[in-house]
Amino acid sequence: MRGIALLTLLVAAPVAAQDAMPPAPYAYRQLDDPAQEAVAQDLMETLRCLKCQSQSIADSDAPMAGDMRHQVRIRIAAGEKPEAVRGWLMDRYGNYVSYSPALNTSTWPLFAIPGALALLAGALLFRRFRRQR
Amino acid sequence: MNWRLWFPIAAFTGFLAVAAYSLSQPKDDFVRSAMIGEKLPYFELPSAVEGRPSVTSANFADGRPRLLNIWASWCLPCIAEAPQLAELERRGADIVGIAIRDKPEDIAAFLDEHGNPYSSIGRDDVSEVQLGIGSSGVPETFVIDGDGVITYQHIGDVRAPDVPVLLEELRKAGA
Repeated sequence: MRGIALLTLLVAAPVAAQDAMPPAPYAYRQLDDPAQEAVAQDLMETLRCLKCQSQSIADSDAPMAGDMRHQVRIRIAAGEKPEAVRGWLMDRYGNYVSYSPALNTSTWPLFAIPGALALLAGALLFRRFRRQR
Repeated sequence: MNWRLWFPIAAFTGFLAVAAYSLSQPKDDFVRSAMIGEKLPYFELPSAVEGRPSVTSANFADGRPRLLNIWASWCLPCIAEAPQLAELERRGADIVGIAIRDKPEDIAAFLDEHGNPYSSIGRDDVSEVQLGIGSSGVPETFVIDGDGVITYQHIGDVRAPDVPVLLEELRKAGA
């Protein structure tokens, strides 16, 4: 049993070691202006970490997520609008990098189907209640 | 039984079929760059190696197509691709390296041990260029044509079968 545990530990060694560099200046440091920091934080929570794809860059400790937070914070501090920063990343990584889906030709069913289902449910209920009376 | 009951059952079965099919498909974790066909963004990086030129976006727009290799001394697959990069250099490819989040002494030690196929190496300490060209990991290799436009992206380490592919992409880019 102990042998298996040791073997598991050996196999579980990280595939790629992390770097030894200090994090980017604004990876873990908040912006001095609380209003700007709040805007940056809201944006970071809706951007995907590319290394750990189920986390947002606000949640992730991957060095690359730190570098992405640095980019977001310095761009917000320089006065860029959050949607411009999101657009800058989407120009580089596609829609996948954003957790906030835009309405376009491939995403419209996401928005249309709930509405259609609600209409259908409404129609069914309406008929059912009318019949009972 | 009311014939209309079959509609929701059919819809649910269809949903299960789509889910089962999707589960059986291999997962693609690669995030491809959306910058293929776009010009390299402007950048100027400090040289990572004493006595070698620095790396700027302007270096790429001189008419000669190049490979841009995103790597790091702390990246294990980068060791695996070193022989293939040496082969590419031997066959005439000009390879520019960008070391991500890396220390000069670690870079020097890596090049001593695994060889240096690069004509120049820049240091990208905050992944600025990596994010700028839509690269999501190390190693990645881009083909940049003589006008500084990105024409091809290879994700992951370069293996032996990828060498002719990259040479062909370089040729298509005008080499």
